[in-house]
Order: sequence, then C-alpha cells, then structure tokens
Amino acid sequence: MSTLVEIQNVTKVYRRDTLEIPVLQNISLNVPEGEFLALMGPSGSGKTTLLNLISGIDKPTSGSIIVAGTDIAKLSESALAKWRSHHIGFVFQFYNLMPVLTAYENVELPLLLTNLSKKEKKERVAMVLKVVGLEDRMDHYPKQLSGGQQQRVAIARAIVSDPTVIIGDEPTGDLDRKSAEEILILLSRLNSEFKKTIIMVTHDPHAAESAHKIQHLDKGELNAN
Amino acid sequence: MKVLKLIYKNLLRHKLRSMLTIFGIAIAVLAFGLLRTVVTAWSYGVDAASADRLITRHAVAFIFPLPYSYKSQLEGIAGVKTVSFASWFQGIYKDQSFENFFPRIAVDPLTIFEVYPEYIISTDQLTTFQQQRNSCVVGKKLAEQHSFKIGDIIPITGDIYPGNWEFTVVGIYSGKDKTADETQMFFNWEYLNERNRQTNSWATDQVGWYVLQVDNPNAAAMVSETIDALYINSPAKTKTETEKAFQQGFVSLSGAIITSMEIVSYVIIGIILMVLANTIIMAARERIREYAVLKTLGFTSSHVVGLIAGESLFISMLGGAVGLALTFPVCKGFGDAFPTMFPVFAVQPMTIVLSIGFSLLVGVIASIFPAYRSANMKIVDGLRQIG
Repeated sequence: MSTLVEIQNVTKVYRRDTLEIPVLQNISLNVPEGEFLALMGPSGSGKTTLLNLISGIDKPTSGSIIVAGTDIAKLSESALAKWRSHHIGFVFQFYNLMPVLTAYENVELPLLLTNLSKKEKKERVAMVLKVVGLEDRMDHYPKQLSGGQQQRVAIARAIVSDPTVIIGDEPTGDLDRKSAEEILILLSRLNSEFKKTIIMVTHDPHAAESAHKIQHLDKGELNAN
Repeated sequence: MKVLKLIYKNLLRHKLRSMLTIFGIAIAVLAFGLLRTVVTAWSYGVDAASADRLITRHAVAFIFPLPYSYKSQLEGIAGVKTVSFASWFQGIYKDQSFENFFPRIAVDPLTIFEVYPEYIISTDQLTTFQQQRNSCVVGKKLAEQHSFKIGDIIPITGDIYPGNWEFTVVGIYSGKDKTADETQMFFNWEYLNERNRQTNSWATDQVGWYVLQVDNPNAAAMVSETIDALYINSPAKTKTETEKAFQQGFVSLSGAIITSMEIVSYVIIGIILMVLANTIIMAARERIREYAVLKTLGFTSSHVVGLIAGESLFISMLGGAVGLALTFPVCKGFGDAFPTMFPVFAVQPMTIVLSIGFSLLVGVIASIFPAYRSANMKIVDGLRQIG
C-alpha cells in the first residue's frame, strides 16, 4: 500500500505570551492508504494536536506533513480550506452538528462547497445516511436524536464528500458503551468495505482495538507498538 | 442559497431576541423618519417658495406695518408684474386651544390668487370673495378639520384688532400639489380696514407685508434693491427679499429646536447601532464553535463573514423596512393631528433614502467586529470553545 500521510520531523510549539510550550517534538509517521490507525496517549500528550496538523486545521512549527502528495504546511489558509473540503472528513467527540439544521442538511453541508447538482447532492446524502443507518431520520434535528445517532450523522457528514482521510477525535468519547460499539463497527465498515483511511484519537483501549495499528504518544513523542 | 437558509435558520434560533432587535430597529427607523419629517415640514415654506415672488416688509421687523399707499408705487417699479398684500389678523376662534388655531390673514382678494397660483379656487367662488366684503375663503384641509362649508359664519374674537368679527365662508381653495398650504383662512383686507377706521384708527390703511410677483426671477435682486432704495428715507423703510429668504427667516427663529431634532434623529440611529452590534456580537460568540466546525469542513473565512454580515443585514434591513412601512401611516396620523402646525407633513424621498441607507449602514457596521473576529479565529481555538 502506498503512503497516504507522510509526517516528517514535525514539531509544534504553542506560544502563550513569552512562554513556549512544546507539544510535539520531532514526530515522524507514515500512514499507508487504507490504514485504520489509532493514536493513544494520556491527556496532554499531543494526540489531538497531531490530528489537527494532519487534518490541516493547524500548522506545524517545523517539519512537513504530506497528505495525498500535498505538503499542507505550505498551503495558504484559503488553499488549505479548499484542500480540507476535498481530502478530510472530520468526526468530533461532541458531534458538532449545526443545531438549526436537520440531519439531512447537516450531512449536505460539505457538498455546498462542490459543484454537484441538486439531484446528485440529494442522492449522495441519502446514500451516506443509509450507510450510517439513519435514512429514516433525515428530517430530524440534532436535539431529536440520541448521542449515538448524532455521531452517526457526523460520520455521514464526514464521508459524504468522499474524503481521502477520515479523522476521528475521540469519536466514541461522549457515547455510552452500546452506542460507542455501533460507531466503532461503522468506522470499521468504512475502512474495510469502503477502503477509507481512518486516523482516530482515543483514550479507550477497547476503541483502539478496532484499528489495524496503534501509535502511542507521550509527552509529545511517538512510541510505536 | 443554502447560506441564506442557514442565515434564516440562525435568525430563528432565538426568535424572541431576533424579534426584539428587529422591533427595536423598526421603532428607531420610525422615530428617525418622524423626526426627519417634522424637520422637513418645519421648513416646507422655504422649499415651496416661488422664485418669482418677493416679500416687502418693514425694515425694522415683520410686526411693523407698511402704508397701503406703497401699493401703487410698487406697481410702478420696472420688473414688478403684480402687487398683492396681506396682514396677519390672528384672533381667537372658539378658544385659545391649539386645535382651534389656524392662520387668519387679511388679503387683497383681487390679486391674492394671482400671485399664489398654487392655490386653486373656482371662478364663481373667487368672484363672490372679491365682491362680498365680510367673506372669507378657507383651505381644503382647514375646512375638513373644522367642517366649514360654504355659507358658514366663522366668528373670531379679535386680539390684535379688538372686537367680534364674523366671516362668511364663500369659497374653499385647494392646493395645486402637496406642497401647497391648505390650512389658511383668507378674508378681505378692505373689511379689516373698514372696521379699523371705526375702532382701530392706528391701524388704518396699513398692511402687514407686500407680495410682489416679478416678471423675471433672475432680476429679483435688482428689483429688491430698487424698492428698498425707494423708501430709504421714508419713516417706514422696507426690506425686500425673495419669498424663500423670507421663509428662511421664520425657520431660523426655530433653528436651535430643528438642529436639536436633527441631532436626536442621528443619536437614535447610533443607539440602535449599539443594540444590533450587541445582538450580533452575542450571536457570533455563541456560535464560535460552529464557525470553527464550518471552517474544518472547508468553508472559508469569507463564508463565515457572509453568515455574520448576512444575519446582521437581514435583521437591520427587515427592521428598517418595517420601520419605514410604519413611518407613512404614523406621519399621516401626526400630520392629521396637527394640520395647522404642519400644513404639509409628508415623508420626503430623502427621508426614505436616509432610512434605507442607515438601516444598511447599521447592519454593516454592527457585523464588522464579530465578523472580523470570527474570520480570523484559529480553528483549533474555536473548537475549544464550550458550545
């Protein structure tokens, strides 16, 4: 399998006034296409920061991050936004759905940035809602859905534009065991059936077991298992 | 279109807050429109003044009369087409209440409608007015306000000119357009002069001011100078000016009040700007995490700016539209309630333009700070916000 994500000597330092806080130190990591990678580590280890850098919502202090052949650290803000819309599907811990939009409208959001026709958008949204098993809840608002269902809508939103990588930041962290299990099964299906590359941050060893590979981060440094 | 839908749905998120803000803007625009209309109504006489009319009055002050004998001399001045004259009568109709006040003016019935062609009266009524000594004509608005009809007798108790006076309504004039004052009562100056001869000899053969129609408005300055030079050495020196300047003189007496009203109208706009800015800042702060999510999905800072500015503009323009729509009936009601104070009380096109312009401006300005902040927010910082 070819390398999809190539991280080389990445360092991230946050600055708070005059204080410098190193979060990631000289990280190098390759993620092959079709991989399901779990990133684990204690709080403050830099997992989410690494995920943010891979997904292009933050920039490294030094080093390069090449995703699908593009060094995203060198892209401008607007180019990065466009790049994210094509390549990244993000699943958050707290779902982050728009409360004023229905499940259908939430899933449709990333497609508003595409040139797809109305009919194509409708078909795509209906298809991914069917994949996550919520085709009968498309007119429901987030507050009318359970946590597990909201996370499934969020996953549908993440995959609707057929991104290169699905990024999950503790996607089961806010769910009960049963809902978490359903989400993990769904992510595994996306990886095995739809060949999606998934990088997921989790605290939960059980959740991490769904992945093909687990990487441990500790104090900003990577320890491979 | 979907962004518009999102703007619309965001507006409905806090219905009461959105409604109160829209209502607040509507009230502010209404207040602005009403105050502007009062200001413009105040100076309507200046705007409605004719370029070919001059007013000749006593040089010392308007309250001092001029001799009637000046009339024939003025008629002989080159460039003067018609000479008319008038005297402020005042008096009390029924009581001294505001609603029973209206201008009562003694005029020359032979020339008044010639120099004021914007007042339309039928030939029959004019003929009667010219022939019947104690007759009067009233404006259409005044007639409607007091239910005056042809044949009615209007009793007036004199104050400047003491005694009980009775005037028979023989005509009702109407304005050629909306700017013409339809709230006045004109009666025959001869009737006043006749009574003065008997009881108020000090006022006999005196007129308040002359109204001159000139052949060429461009020569008005020259004609004015000629007239005033003619009486420079007489006991009753004159001051001749264009009707516009004459009206402006009246308006300037209330200059401080008008300026205050204008300032207040702009202060209202400033206050509502703060209210809307507060609403939009609150809304943007509450949704900072959502904007971060949208950016994560690939939406740009411009999209976020569009959402915030769009919502701000939607609120301000909707409030402005409601306020403007209310301005018309409210101004009409206000004008109807004070017909003699504001003979012409209409919302001017400039007031409409300013109301729309300020609504737009308020919407834009209110969104600048929250839009700038949200657009420049780092996604990771936005995602950390507690939603």
